[in-house]
Amino acid sequence: MLEINNLHARVEEKEILKGLNLSIKPGEVHAIMGPNGSGKSTLSNVIAGREGYEVTEGSVLFDGKNLLDLEPEIRACEGIFLGFQYPVEIPGVSNMTLLKAAINARRKHQGETEIAPNDFLAWVRDRAKLVKIDPKMLSRGVNEGFSGGEKKRNEILQMLVLQPRLMILDETDSGLDIDALKIVADGINALRGPTRATVLVTHYQRLLDYVQPDYVHVLARGRIVKSGGPELAKELEEKGYGWLEAA
Amino acid sequence: MIRLMNEPTFDLNQGPATTMAANPQTSAAANVRDVTAMVASRKLYSAGFITDIEADKVAPGLSEDVIRLISAKKEEPEWLLNFRLKAYRRWLTMTEPEWAHVDYQKVDYQSISYYSQPKSMKDGPQTLADVDPKLLETYRKLGIPLREQEMLAGVQNVAVDVVFDSVSVGTTFKKKLLEAGVIFCPLSEAVKSHPELVQKYLGSVVPFADNFFAALNTAVFTEGSFVYIPKGVRCPMELSTYFRINERNTGQFERTLIIAAEGSHVSYLEGCTAPQRDENQLHAAVVELVALDDAEIKYSTVQNWYPGDENGKGGIYNFVTKRGDCRGARSKISWTQVETGSAITWKYPSCILRGDDSVGEFYSVALTNHRQQADTGTKMIHIGKRTKSTIVSKGIAAGRGQQSYRGLVRVLESAEGARNYTQCDSLLIGDQCGAHTFPYTEVRNPTATLEHEATTSKIADDQLFYCRARGIGEEEAVSMIVNGFCKDVFKELPMEFAVEAQKLLAVSLEGAVG
Ligand SMILES: Nc1ncnc2c1ncn2[C@@H]1O[C@H](COP(=O)(O)OP(=O)(O)OP(=O)(O)O)[C@@H](O)[C@H]1O
Ligand SMILES: [Mg+2]
Repeated sequence: MLEINNLHARVEEKEILKGLNLSIKPGEVHAIMGPNGSGKSTLSNVIAGREGYEVTEGSVLFDGKNLLDLEPEIRACEGIFLGFQYPVEIPGVSNMTLLKAAINARRKHQGETEIAPNDFLAWVRDRAKLVKIDPKMLSRGVNEGFSGGEKKRNEILQMLVLQPRLMILDETDSGLDIDALKIVADGINALRGPTRATVLVTHYQRLLDYVQPDYVHVLARGRIVKSGGPELAKELEEKGYGWLEAA
Repeated sequence: MIRLMNEPTFDLNQGPATTMAANPQTSAAANVRDVTAMVASRKLYSAGFITDIEADKVAPGLSEDVIRLISAKKEEPEWLLNFRLKAYRRWLTMTEPEWAHVDYQKVDYQSISYYSQPKSMKDGPQTLADVDPKLLETYRKLGIPLREQEMLAGVQNVAVDVVFDSVSVGTTFKKKLLEAGVIFCPLSEAVKSHPELVQKYLGSVVPFADNFFAALNTAVFTEGSFVYIPKGVRCPMELSTYFRINERNTGQFERTLIIAAEGSHVSYLEGCTAPQRDENQLHAAVVELVALDDAEIKYSTVQNWYPGDENGKGGIYNFVTKRGDCRGARSKISWTQVETGSAITWKYPSCILRGDDSVGEFYSVALTNHRQQADTGTKMIHIGKRTKSTIVSKGIAAGRGQQSYRGLVRVLESAEGARNYTQCDSLLIGDQCGAHTFPYTEVRNPTATLEHEATTSKIADDQLFYCRARGIGEEEAVSMIVNGFCKDVFKELPMEFAVEAQKLLAVSLEGAVG
């Protein structure tokens, strides 16, 4: 589904990713861990197509297509979803407005007609229940005045509403209380299935207790320096990253 | 002696309080990349067509003879002609104001034709059934319903007066309004049917020599609407005037007068368009509102005059004096404007809060794209006790647009307990535009409370990316974010207009992303 080959990327003239390889198949859940500043968000942003990230070498293929050629909105319409580490506020634009525009953009991309208003309402309300978001919050501005945890749950809501095929969740578990963590994990598991894949960028084992990864990778110094199964995360939790420096 | 109302009171030798020009260095180069392509794909100004109609147009030039001719064509009484001539003589001694933060080629007042009327209208006002089909077609294309039955079929409940160049082509729903006692007709008709009202109120809010453009308007005004809401009447429907400039080298000098008698209520909408032409056209209107005790006037404008092309060629000069007089106690005047058109806008809808406990409001969205320039804002003059004013201004600059907010809050000694709240936000799109704010306050009563909030922001790249990462295209995302920014103003507009305003904003923003 996603094939990353020898990826080099720079931000503001500084090389952050230095030859990264990663292969993700449908149905898999990958966890990416690694020290602060190692390039995890950079990788997420490059996949989603954020401006300002320059790919200098390597390739990223999604369903065999060159992802790097596509505008970010096309990537999203093709089924890629980035859950932001720091979701932004958009004052005055209601969550409903954003969701509706997002759904319809996707439908248009697939040659479908716009969603009927009633279907849209029902669809969003049902999903809001799953992540315990009060429908009243949906008429507020996007993330406007939301608490840190509410913003993260809102990312999961958007994901559930849009039903992407490749989900990249950049530290969606950070800053969540125990109950919220459970809700977020339930949301992620709800979309788990043979046609979808998930990338969890995280610093903590906690989330992985709820969402069992198939693979765990360590990103350091701009590349994947170690890969393993769920046990690797536990090892990291005990030992930290120091022992990998030598690797 | 305090000069109360002259627009040039803004002529204070003062730089902007805040000026923010986008900084080319800070914006990602990748953003600039798309501009050219998007500008190229910008849709044509959709109201920019020309109606091919024979017009009876007075030769260009301005003189006492021309004014007498206009007055004669309108069969005006002596006092009105004298009022015009007085204004003209004063105008000759005045100079065009230069204090506004706009830069344009001065108007050659002798090259403008001051009167133009479609030939088929020559025999005086006709019923709507007789209106030239070409005119009806023009308004149909613009989406303005002129036939009452068409309007009744829809959900709208709006009476419309339509002004084409210098004359009114018809007012809808006259009868229904008359039953309620509401007078809504072209000003020239009111001069004949209700001369005492016109004579009493015309020029009583904007004096004939108020400022350069108001004096010019007073001398040559040709059409506009007249509204009188009698005591205690709530006007049964929205009133609306639709202005269109069609003829080449004509100016439009309309004049609107709205009087709300004691305890009455009216909501009035104004829309404007003009064909796309290479030369600049002048629009110098005067609007006067009078609210007596407990009366309320809500005046909304959606201004979409032709803005000129991407390079600043052509477009309307919109130099307008709009002022409301809260003459009565507890009266209220509320201005809401959405200004997306015109090459140059110079406009400060104001309130004179004379009556005790009177309320003035100003809600504004102004957008400048490409080479458009706008210097707009308001004046709130607090005279009565416990008078209250609210100013919410949202300025959006894109392309090479220049956007200035200029606002005056003046509290006189008599205005015990006056209150003002001002919120003034600017949004920049791209890196070649500018936003400026010029707030002036003059407070002569220590019990007054003034609050001022101002922000300037750029459409953040991360907001844009957030939307795009959800599948929403760049233009739609910009328009969504801008609409969110304007929400506090749009919610003041009547429903049908709010939807229109949002669409208009989206169209005006096309090619603005960068
Ligand atoms: N826009 C930017 N301008 C300059 N430097 C940047 C920018 N974005 C990222 N960087 C730098 O790139 C490096 C990698 O950042 P990135 O956000 O990818 O790390 P991360 O692995 O996600 O860290 P964390 O665990 O703290 O979220 C850091 O040194 C960061 O300072
Ligand atoms: Mg990060």
